[in-house]
Parts: sequence; structure tokens; C-alpha cells
Amino acid sequence: MEAILRSLIDGLLLGFVYGIAAMGLTLIWGVMNVINLSHGSLISLGMFSLYFLFTGLGVHPYVAIVITAVLGLLLGMIIYAVAVHRIINAPHLSTLLATYSVNMIILGIGTAILTTSPYNVPFDLGSIKFAASVVPTTRLIAAIVAMLVAGGLYLFLQYSRLGRYIRAVTDNRDAAEIVGIPSAQILALSFGLGTMLAAISGALIATFFPFTILAGGAYELKSFVIGVLGGLGNPVGSLFGGLILGVIEGLVPLAMPTTWTPVLEFVLFVLILLVRPTGLFGGSE
Amino acid sequence: MRRTLYLLLGLLLIAGMVLAGCGGKSASSGTTGGNTGGKKEVTVTIGFTESQTGKYNVDSTAQTQGFKLWMEQVNNAGGIKLSDGTIVKFKAVSYDDESKADKVQQLYTRLATEDKADFLISPYSSGLTASAAVVSEQYGKIMLATGAASDSIFKKGYERVYQLYTPASRYLTGAVDMLKANAPDLKKVAFVYENSKFSTAVVTAAKEYAAKQGYDVVLFEGYDKDTTDFGAFINKIQDSGAEAVLGGGHFQDGSTFARQIFEKKLPIKFLALLVAPPNPKFAELGDAALGVVGPSQWEAAAAYTPDAAKAAGLTWFGPSSADFAKAYKDKYGEEAGYHAAGGYAAGVVLQKAIIDADSVDAAKVKAALDKMDLLTFFGHIKFNTSDAHGLQIGHEMVYIQWQKKDGKMVKEVVWPKEGATADLLFPLKH
Repeated sequence: MEAILRSLIDGLLLGFVYGIAAMGLTLIWGVMNVINLSHGSLISLGMFSLYFLFTGLGVHPYVAIVITAVLGLLLGMIIYAVAVHRIINAPHLSTLLATYSVNMIILGIGTAILTTSPYNVPFDLGSIKFAASVVPTTRLIAAIVAMLVAGGLYLFLQYSRLGRYIRAVTDNRDAAEIVGIPSAQILALSFGLGTMLAAISGALIATFFPFTILAGGAYELKSFVIGVLGGLGNPVGSLFGGLILGVIEGLVPLAMPTTWTPVLEFVLFVLILLVRPTGLFGGSE
Repeated sequence: MRRTLYLLLGLLLIAGMVLAGCGGKSASSGTTGGNTGGKKEVTVTIGFTESQTGKYNVDSTAQTQGFKLWMEQVNNAGGIKLSDGTIVKFKAVSYDDESKADKVQQLYTRLATEDKADFLISPYSSGLTASAAVVSEQYGKIMLATGAASDSIFKKGYERVYQLYTPASRYLTGAVDMLKANAPDLKKVAFVYENSKFSTAVVTAAKEYAAKQGYDVVLFEGYDKDTTDFGAFINKIQDSGAEAVLGGGHFQDGSTFARQIFEKKLPIKFLALLVAPPNPKFAELGDAALGVVGPSQWEAAAAYTPDAAKAAGLTWFGPSSADFAKAYKDKYGEEAGYHAAGGYAAGVVLQKAIIDADSVDAAKVKAALDKMDLLTFFGHIKFNTSDAHGLQIGHEMVYIQWQKKDGKMVKEVVWPKEGATADLLFPLKH
């Protein structure tokens, strides 16, 4: 029983991180029907942003996350303007290739400058005993930040003017333009928000896991599974998708070798696509 | 219109001539000879790939830097002089293999055919070396395999591939001996390792050895190479009641594993991981690195000297560990790790084989390598010449442990006892 509780707590804490990593991907997909293949490398940039702000400029990691979020928002809007805007109405293959190219550019420059050496943020807040489990404080804070970001995003999309614009563009871009919503700017903002979420998740992960410029790729892959679980286009559903994945990763190893976990995750991925393609928590079709 | 056509034709002709020139230059490389002031000079081409990108970038770069340092030193010292007065100098041809096996096969074929490399040095890692070995054997090229500890490469009947590292089958067995010597009452051992060719081979051999020594192996499980969260494994280790953990894989996963074991205060007494602990960057983990043991192919502090060679009845060849470490630091501004030492040692072994063969002829150099039995700064070098031709049978691992002295993390050699610079810190203090 103690082992189950320990694994469940670990899984949930991991799930929050997965959830926030996937939120950006699903937001961009939901608003503009673009599968952002640069999502993983943007997560990596978030990791390095925190690393350099902390080790180079001495900024406290949790302040560095706020700066990273702003930088992520701006970078996302730039990427949208340069690489995505002109082909936003083109077939999916064009946007896939464009974002994949952005991914390769970031990884190429990143590898040349930073190499693929692992980096480690020397930041430790100790551990606390929580039920049967010993939990590193940084992971607990990451879970709280993930909840706050998800809650903030929900409130922003539901109740702010810009949020309503984003939802309007998501539902029907042509109709939104007819009523005077500047869809190009809203799309750029959405891409920026998606990138911001990727950067925040990277920065949070960097507070407790070592990373390389290639590290974001693994989270991108998980983000696809989570996106489908939570409903592509439903960023808040991603948090729940992330928690489901985290719990699977926590509990499955109790019953079988850990290498079976990704097999089960992708079986679930295919099953959800077949049985409920809109995801467990709805989302746009 | 016609003028433009002529212009285009002219440009095409020029481009064709330039390309033909380049092709000719490439085809003429390989061993090149010349007369310098009455002395015959030959330039031997050594081919290899380097992982300038991809996951092996760090270790591969160190290996290449070590090898290039050797080449620069030998060439600057006037090359190798053979008995007939011939001066042998070296040049390197290398490419980026992107840490990918398919690139390695393609590039080693190019090195053997287009670049006409006389000798080959392996890429970094057992997986990539396995790919390169197929090509080197196919084209009859001698390849010195450094950065590759797998045994299986040498059980395929290859005749021209020579291993410098202690093979995987003996990589962690010393840690079991160390544990037995320091904690005879400890019985429960867990093996948690990266699912890679190298790590699996190491822990499988160590597990068999531990079982023979009377240990109870309570957990034996691999993890995916991209694993970043070891929570599930740490919980399993705790549930199994293991007192010692052995395993790991490469730097990133090993350092992450050690950090998370520390953060979750896993109640174990001994932790030995592959590859990561000997890397100076491992100390960046701070207290999480304290007490962690790691096998190393080479450490500057290890006592391999001309006197040790004399005592063991072996021939000594090459610089001392201190000379190599100083030269490396002077050139690259960083401490030499065992990957760098392995790269340099590949050059030293080739140099000694050419001297013993008194020739650069591949068959004669091969015969010299088969007979080789010497002590270098890197350790004892002797190759199997029977059932697993080329497998390293002389070299032994040294085991390091991170300890604290005057508040600073220091790397101490703790095993074997004869080469130890400090006693083992036992048990782990989390």
C-alpha cells in the first residue's frame, strides 16, 4: 500500500510537468490547426533561459521563470511572423515543414553553441516528507506553478477580451474577421502564448532535471499523447491528460518492467484516437 | 540569348574542371611519400569519425582531442624514424558521424576507399564502433578501437580490430570486489542500468559475478536511454530492500539518477554508476555526487610508471600520465578525462606498433599489435589473439569516488587498493 501511495504521488507530480509541457502544443493546434514541431526545442530553450539567467546573472530561478515566460511570448510571436503566417492557410504539410525547419534551426545553432553536453541548474530547496514519499521541494513548487499557469490560462481564455478573441478565431476565423477581430494578431498572440507555455515548462523542468539542447524532444513526444488524451485544442484538458500519463508512469512499474510503460501509453494513444478522437475532455474537432 | 547560353556553357566547363581537380586531390591521398634532404618521408593517413553533433558529442570530442594531441606531438618531434631512415609522419582525415550508426558505416567506407586511410581509429561508443568494425574488416584496414568496451564486437571473427578499453565483461566486477572487501555483511544488490548495448553487457557480466560471490540480486532492470525521471526505479529499489545499487549508462542518465537518489534520500549504502562519476562535471551535482563510485578506464593519479612496468616485467612506452595530463590541459584548457586519454593512447599504441614493425605496412603492423604486451600511461595493453581476436586482456579499470576535502569535492581513486589514493567512503551519507 505504501509503495502504491509513493508511486502515485511521484506520478502526479510528474504529470503536472507533462501537462504544462503539452498545454502550449494543444493551444496552438486548437487555435490555428498547426502542429508545432518546434515545440520540443522551445522547451529546451526555456531550460537554457533559466540556466543562463540563474548561473550567469544570478537571477532567482522562480523570477527567471517569469522572465523566460516573457521571452517565450516574444519569441513565439517572432516565429509566427517569420515562419508560419504566410502559410497559415496552406495545407498542413507546409506548416509541419515550416515548424520542423524552425526546430532544426534552433537545434543546429543550439548544438553548435551549447554542444549536447548536459547542463545542471545547481539549485536545491531540499526535500520534504509527504505521506510515504520523500518529495524534492522543487518538484512540489513545479506542480503548484503548473496549476497556477493552467488556472491563469483558463481565466484568460474565458474572461479576458483577448481570450474571447482567441476563442472566436478558434471557432471560426472568417466570422471573427467579419466582426472586426484582427485575426493575424490574435494568431500571433496564440503562437506566442503556446511558445510561452513551452518555455515555462522547460524552465520548471530545469529546476530539477539535468538537460541538454535535445532534452525537449522527449517532452514533445509525450505532449502529443497528452494532447490527444486531454483533447487537442483544449489546453486546460492537457493538464488532466498530463496527470493521467504521470499516474500511468508512476503505477505501471509496480506491476511490470518499466520499459513497458511507453508501450501502454501509445496503446492508449491509439485507442483514444479510435474511440474518442476529440479526447477525454472534449476540445474542438 | 546566345551570349547567355555561351556564358552558361563556359561556367559549366569551369565548374566541371574545378570538380575534377577536387576529385583528383581526394583520390591521391593515403600514404604519400617524398624526399626531404635525402631522407625519405612518408605521411600516413589516419581516418576516423567524430560525433561533433548528437548525444556522444562530449565524450567523442574529448577522445578526438586526445588523439590529435598525440599526432601533433609526434609530428612536431619529427615523426617516427624507421631503421632505413624513413621518417613517418601522420595526417588525420575525419568527419562528423552525428552519433549515428548509419553515418558511421557510410563515412568509414569513404575513409577506406576515397580517402585511402592507412589506419583507422574507432568512433566513440560500442554501438558506433560495431558499425565501423564491419567496414574496417571489409576493406582490410587496421582499426584501433578506443571508446568502445563491448565484448561482442570481438567475438565476430574480426582480425584487424584492436580494443584499448577494458571490455564490458570486466567493467563493474571490481566494484563487486570492492564492496565485498569493505562490507562483507552486505548481501542485497540491485542493478539498474541503461538499455544500451554497452550497459547491458556490463551489468549482465557484473550480475553473474555478484551471484557467484554470494550476493542476492534483488532487482535487475533496465531503463530507456532518454529517461529523465527515475522515481519509479527509486521506488522499486526501496521496495526491494537493496543495500547497494550498481548500474547507470552514460553521463546524462547517470548524473540524473544520482541526483534523484540523493533528493529522495534513498536508504542505500553504496552506489556505483558507469561513465558519469569519473567525468569532472559530475562534481557539479554537489552533495549528490558525494560517495558515488565510478569505474574509469584511466585516472591521472593511477600509478602506471616505468618502475611499475619494470616490476611487472613489461615494456614501458610513451609519456607518463602527468606529462599527458599537463600537455592536454595546456592545449585545451581543461582536465583530461579517460575519453581523452583513450584517444591519446590509440596514437601511442599505433606509434609503438609501427616502431616494432619498423614499417607502415599493414601486415607487419598487425603482427606487431598481435605481439604487443606493454605498459603505457593508460595502463597495460595486450590483445587476445585466439578466440576473440583484438579483445583487450591486459587493461584493468580503476574506481574513483567523489569525496569532500576541506569543503571541496575531490575525486579519489579507491580501488584497486594498490593504486588507491584514499579509503572508500562507506556507507553513503544522504
